[in-house]
Amino acid sequence: MDLNYTPEQEAFRQEVRQFLKDKLPADIQERVQKRLRPTKDMVQRWQQILHAQGWGGSTWPKEFGGPGWSEVEQLIFEEECALAGAPRQLDFGLRMVAPVIMKFGNQEQKDRHLPGILSGDVWWSQGYSEPGAGSDLASLRTTAERDGDHYIVNGQKTWTTLGQHGDWIFCLVRTNKEVKSQEGISFLLIDMKSPGIDVKPIIMLDGEHEINDVFFDNVKVPVENRIGEEDKGWTYAKFLLGHERTGLANVGQWKAMMRRMKEIARQEQDDGKPIIENPRFRDRLAQLDAELRALELTVLRVLTNASGPGPEASILKIRGTEIGQRMFELAMEATGQDAITHIPEALEPDYTGPLVGSVNAVPGAGDYFNMRKLSIFGGSNEIQRNIISKLVLGL
Amino acid sequence: MNFELTEEQQMLQDSLRRFLANEYTFDKRRDVLASGKGTSETTWNALAEMGLLAFTFPEDYDGLGGNGIDTMIVMESFGRALVTEPYLATVVLAGGLVRDAGSDAQKQAILPAIASGEKLMALAAYENGARYNLANVKTRAEASGSDYVLNGAKTAVIHGGQANQLIVSARTSGDTRDQNGITLFLVDADASGVTINDFATHDGFRTAEVSLKEVKVTADAIVGEVDKGFPALEKAIDQGTAAICAEAVGTMDAMVEATLEYTQTRKQFGVPIAKFQVLQHKMADMFIHAQQGRSMAILAADQADSDDRDARREAISQAKLLIGQGAREVGQIGVQLHGGMGVTDEMFAAHLFKRLTLINLLFGDADYHLGQVSDNLLDKTA
Repeated sequence: MDLNYTPEQEAFRQEVRQFLKDKLPADIQERVQKRLRPTKDMVQRWQQILHAQGWGGSTWPKEFGGPGWSEVEQLIFEEECALAGAPRQLDFGLRMVAPVIMKFGNQEQKDRHLPGILSGDVWWSQGYSEPGAGSDLASLRTTAERDGDHYIVNGQKTWTTLGQHGDWIFCLVRTNKEVKSQEGISFLLIDMKSPGIDVKPIIMLDGEHEINDVFFDNVKVPVENRIGEEDKGWTYAKFLLGHERTGLANVGQWKAMMRRMKEIARQEQDDGKPIIENPRFRDRLAQLDAELRALELTVLRVLTNASGPGPEASILKIRGTEIGQRMFELAMEATGQDAITHIPEALEPDYTGPLVGSVNAVPGAGDYFNMRKLSIFGGSNEIQRNIISKLVLGL
Repeated sequence: MNFELTEEQQMLQDSLRRFLANEYTFDKRRDVLASGKGTSETTWNALAEMGLLAFTFPEDYDGLGGNGIDTMIVMESFGRALVTEPYLATVVLAGGLVRDAGSDAQKQAILPAIASGEKLMALAAYENGARYNLANVKTRAEASGSDYVLNGAKTAVIHGGQANQLIVSARTSGDTRDQNGITLFLVDADASGVTINDFATHDGFRTAEVSLKEVKVTADAIVGEVDKGFPALEKAIDQGTAAICAEAVGTMDAMVEATLEYTQTRKQFGVPIAKFQVLQHKMADMFIHAQQGRSMAILAADQADSDDRDARREAISQAKLLIGQGAREVGQIGVQLHGGMGVTDEMFAAHLFKRLTLINLLFGDADYHLGQVSDNLLDKTA
């Protein structure tokens, strides 16, 4: 047992750090560190820079153009990126559909789709949830009916994050109504420029447009865009959700946020003194700091497990999201009454207007509202507890 | 970065667990507790024979050169079986202190005697009214020629009543709460002026209140240097804290297992109560706490031997904070899910609960350790 990183891992960390110092554009870094929203252009520009370095797909194996890093190296990379103020890469392509294509797609699908994901040229969206299929995902009703060498897709997907930018969407669709719900599902890749697709914004409680409904009205999808076998999509979907869950611990992001929180706690004033001198506030920060350390070690334990992450990855999703939510709650409360003011324009890159309090207050309440999603998406935390009960505890 | 046990450590764990499963059953443990002595010579001698008492001592003193991870393995196994033997007091606290701060002569005299099972020791570090502050020492040691004379009282001396010899922290200079001016003394339990009041604890361990009246010791009874005993004392308590963190992990695991078994057996409304989702989620939460605790116990064990004081203390406090809180949650939920049976003496779960509760109180409760890490935050950012 050894909790130290190896000299090679430490050297790797230095290499990543130096790269970020040299190559992370200042305008992007500034926005991320202020917790203001990076634009689509910023996310894509950063992806191109990473791609040029050969680091576009940090979780990808070498044979598909990834760097072939170990799990620990991936974690180091993510952590350094987050600490440096790099924007999050787009998971939907890189970490969700890509592993499915790699594992279950045919050669033609790999050649066609993986390069665009890696370069960031193609923006992917996720078409899983439906208005009537949330936690009970297998009850989905969007249909794909075979018509020669095409499927005709009809239905509605929802909670499609950043779908307004989407070029392609991966969807679970029902191809067979005669069998048990899990057995009649197929996994389709759909070009979002296809006629009959309509993307409509869902405005979330923070007033932001991040999420969408996607409507399908007789959308023609070539059969060659189906991953794997017809009616076997649930297998691929579960594989994808397993990948998502480990990533949802978000340790790198939360460590960066914790570092930022410690700065904010020094900057924000409480009756003429920094709020960090208020023991009630400070205790909550210290509690989170300890919990974050436990999360990090638990992630490392799960990732370095020789048999790979099993269902206990659900712990990481639960704890990671709970810690994240409490951190954003504390960030809001750090700015006190300054956080009540809603100035959405101040989230934009060119804003020069007035602020109430410091810039720390700008994303405070909005982020807190936004982050309530963490314990709901990716399999709600209650569903994760079901998974632990059934698959780990055997109940 | 790896979390694997070495082959030797795996063997240690396997053989210890096998031994405890056979020789330290719930019923046999009940007999030990009922004996009024609270410890079992048979068990202790068997542990000595297995080499367990020598594991963390240097090879030059009949030891096996083990480290904090080895202590973790032993304590976790003890925690699963609720072993009440004086391992923490003798081997981890007092033995560790002698190993880390003692003179060569002291190590020669003490460590092999502990390893063979013939010598029991205890650490008398805390005082009434000081709560968890180890520097709050009113017990005085006055120089008298080349000797010292000790006067004062010590509290929460775990297994003090069973020990042949104590290590006592006493003030040789400075004010009551100064870290400087504390000296550590070896004091024989039967020395003139030493009164040891032995008590049972709620969880079947033993604790003692020690009073010292004009107790005379020679200068060679000093462990470490005069006035400079505090860092060694603090480190010993940190190692003890790491040890009970590991113990708590074993006890939490045992509580999760006992609760899973009980809820799958107990039927109400015609089904095993484990079928109810409201109970399933509680058990999932117990499991999460136990896993989080395990991560932190590993961290504590890894840092327990470190001489980087700040890093060690932060890790220990973060670990004890989360494990203290987790032990409380796991203990309370475990009892709750056992229903009425959970609050009877008959059930293993009730005994696990008592140990988990008391572990939180030992060496700093969750509030104390939250205060430690919280104030560190202030120092670093000030």
